[in-house]
Amino acid sequence: MEKFAPVKRSEDGQPVRYLIVDDSVFARKNLARMIESFGGQVIGEAGDGVTAISEYERLSPDIVLMDITMPQMEGIEAAEKIVRDHPGARIVMVSSVGYQENIVAALQRGARHFVQKPVKPEVLYEVIKYVMRDDATAARGAGAGV
Amino acid sequence: MRMDLIQPFINSADAVLAQALESPLSIEDLSMEEEAYRRNGIAAEVALTGEIEGRIIFDVDLGTAVQLASRLAGVAVSETDDALVREAVCELANQIIGNAVTTLNDQGFHFHVLPPTLLTSEQGGKGTEDTEALVMCFSTSSGKVFMNVALHYHRRRAAERAAVAG
Repeated sequence: MEKFAPVKRSEDGQPVRYLIVDDSVFARKNLARMIESFGGQVIGEAGDGVTAISEYERLSPDIVLMDITMPQMEGIEAAEKIVRDHPGARIVMVSSVGYQENIVAALQRGARHFVQKPVKPEVLYEVIKYVMRDDATAARGAGAGV
Repeated sequence: MRMDLIQPFINSADAVLAQALESPLSIEDLSMEEEAYRRNGIAAEVALTGEIEGRIIFDVDLGTAVQLASRLAGVAVSETDDALVREAVCELANQIIGNAVTTLNDQGFHFHVLPPTLLTSEQGGKGTEDTEALVMCFSTSSGKVFMNVALHYHRRRAAERAAVAG
């Protein structure tokens, strides 16, 4: 996989910490591989919205990558509940179902961005940098994709 | 079955599989299914509810599924790694069907998609006049991929929704 300039947290220079939420183990593995290529650290995974909420409480990740269509509780509802308790939560919806109504609903309920599956690493990388804004820096000249 | 409901699935399968496999594919066969559905290999089913209701089955033989899983995972996946191969088929189904659902929703059809489930039975129900099944066979660099689409458009639900909105 293409290597990207590592995105680090501005405050301490440590890797950005991610929580991946998707009911597909395969999709989680793929996202984890991409995050690794961005210099990030996967600190937790969840397969449904209910677990996502408890894992967010436990881990306080810098970014959540959240699928929409999941069993028990869908991603948009989980995002809404997380943001209600943690207004600073950075949640990026990652879903194959990306129709306008769905995207608007996700953004209105607190998600910061939307990435449609199949995920292109270069797209996700740019979204991560955008969502982290001043809270992260990407080392210059550290690889392709910048 | 309405072709405007089917075309997005063809376009989506074409786009998603071509991106995943990094090679073009072609439709080898397109036919209405007269007999009951019979599973070819590893199959994932996605159900739709709302103005459009029915199901789509994404079905590949084991050898093709292993190749698809390896391409998607970026590492060699073996036939013995059942769970990963099944997950790969479900995820591809999710991506193809999700992208088609996106197009249909943006065209004004409103419905909900449920998470993919692995289909374990050898045979499924026969399509009815309302939910006749269209079977597509795609020829890819990794082998043949089948998609079995049985959808029904609920004109009354769409009219009810329009009346509420209006």
